[in-house]
Amino acid sequence: MVPTAHYVILSALLFTTGVVGVLVRRNPIIMFMSIELMLNSANLAFVAFARHLRSLDGQVFVFIVMAVAAAEVAVGLAIIVAIFRTRATIDVDELNVMKW
Amino acid sequence: MNHSFVPKAADMLVVGPETIVAAAAMLILLAELMPARISKAAAPWIAALGLLASFIPMTTTGISVRTGFSGMVVTDGFAVLMKAVLAVTGLLTIGFSTHYIKREDLDRAEYYALVLFAISGMMLMASSANLIMVFLSLEILSISLYVLSGFARTQPRSQEASLKYFLLGSFASAFLLYGIALVYGGAGTISLAGIANAIASEGAARNPVLLAGAGLIAVGLGFKVAAVPFQMWTPDVYEGAPSSVTAFMSVGAKAAGFAALARVFLTAFGDIKVDWMPALWAVAALTMIVGNVVAVAQTDIKRMLAYSSIAHAGYILVGLAAANQAGVSALVFYLAAYLFMNLGAWAVVILAGRRGEAGTEIDSYNGLFWRNPGAAAAMGVFMFALAGLPPTGGFMAKFYVFSAALQANMVGLVVIGALTSLVSVYYYARVTVVMFMRDPEPDAAPISTRGLLGVTLAVTAAATIYLGVLPGQLFQLAGLAQIARP
Repeated sequence: MVPTAHYVILSALLFTTGVVGVLVRRNPIIMFMSIELMLNSANLAFVAFARHLRSLDGQVFVFIVMAVAAAEVAVGLAIIVAIFRTRATIDVDELNVMKW
Repeated sequence: MNHSFVPKAADMLVVGPETIVAAAAMLILLAELMPARISKAAAPWIAALGLLASFIPMTTTGISVRTGFSGMVVTDGFAVLMKAVLAVTGLLTIGFSTHYIKREDLDRAEYYALVLFAISGMMLMASSANLIMVFLSLEILSISLYVLSGFARTQPRSQEASLKYFLLGSFASAFLLYGIALVYGGAGTISLAGIANAIASEGAARNPVLLAGAGLIAVGLGFKVAAVPFQMWTPDVYEGAPSSVTAFMSVGAKAAGFAALARVFLTAFGDIKVDWMPALWAVAALTMIVGNVVAVAQTDIKRMLAYSSIAHAGYILVGLAAANQAGVSALVFYLAAYLFMNLGAWAVVILAGRRGEAGTEIDSYNGLFWRNPGAAAAMGVFMFALAGLPPTGGFMAKFYVFSAALQANMVGLVVIGALTSLVSVYYYARVTVVMFMRDPEPDAAPISTRGLLGVTLAVTAAATIYLGVLPGQLFQLAGLAQIARP
């Protein structure tokens, strides 16, 4: 059986990958994918801890997170589409009507 | 444990206000099936009635402590008072929105539905007794606000505000979520009461996983209340979003974020407060300094008010950093006073603005007194209150926050707070000076104070002065804002 710590370390690595992705990439869709990676790294930690603790709370939380992430995707992509319609670009460095 | 799937009346009463508000929001969406003329006219009324009706369950439960849905939600003095603050915020938001969204061609019924959904999430946040509920209610309010900030969807500035808020907001939510996962691992439970018990009994207090989780939760919520160093999104989002939305979220999202911070940190992590009080001390000090100092350099009133709202988050954090009952009461009082003075100031910004979000430079307030004496006088009151000068609610709010901090022996923080308040007098007074002492531009027409917007201005100005002259009643109420220790 894989020890819980391994799962948690993997989830921490995934989370860090996501954070770095948001900070260095400039395409909002890639940035958003990195955020999804962060959410899913939390999911991995939840199920790992849930198995370790033999409690269902963590498993339930994962379902809630998935539902919320789906709602977030819907809104996020709608915003990106609205921007692309008026500007034909979505690069965040060109979204500079206001100072960043 | 009862595993019935049919909610009982006692359970529903705990989340009564948010249920009514969410129901009103859905009613607005349903009413869209009627001809556009009727549904547009009905939407603000349905929203206002829903918000007023939400006071019924609040007065029914009063300050009694009740839990519902197997301990997922709780209502106590703190929750009820925060919900009342949020309901009043919603009512005033409707008051200054009707005129604004017509002027900006945003007159769609979904606007009110989204405001109500956001309020229901904010209210739920004040009632959360479980980290699932904290996360879920944070997302209800955030997703509604992402849409609202991009509500002027063809305007580049609104789009940009929406995308920035969305990306940085979900980034912060991910931090919060990972923090919850770590706390779950460290304490073995996600109920706030359970975490408190685990810390008290099993010595989880020194568990590094739990402490790291608590830190990440603070980052996620600190972002929502715009605490430095997580404030970088605030000026851009506040400047770009439609003014009425900015006004709403500058008060509502802040109140909700502080409600969650207070509940999570004072109940679940109450026994390890020696660990987080210094961190909060530093964040509060930084937030007051950065917010006030950068606000001095602003030339756009929306951006200036954005930095001012960061600064006020710092003052409210002082109440939280004190981590005592006086601090919690001061926090509620501050939010109640802030709601009137800040929404009032934004109502003047809306009144003085022109179609297309024009006229937001501070220079365009030159001689506002000659164009509309009432609005200029009201703005003067709000600027005095935001600067914390007597006899306004802003002064009393700061007074209570600082005295709570003194009770907790945080003299340094109070000194920083007083000095930064002095700095803030400069940029608030500048607005007052240009309104009264300068001549208006030759082509500037007089502004009429239109119907509901004028009423909103009068109410906020009167409440701001009332809280400064006779703060006793609200202070007594705020004293009832006790967070139930499970």
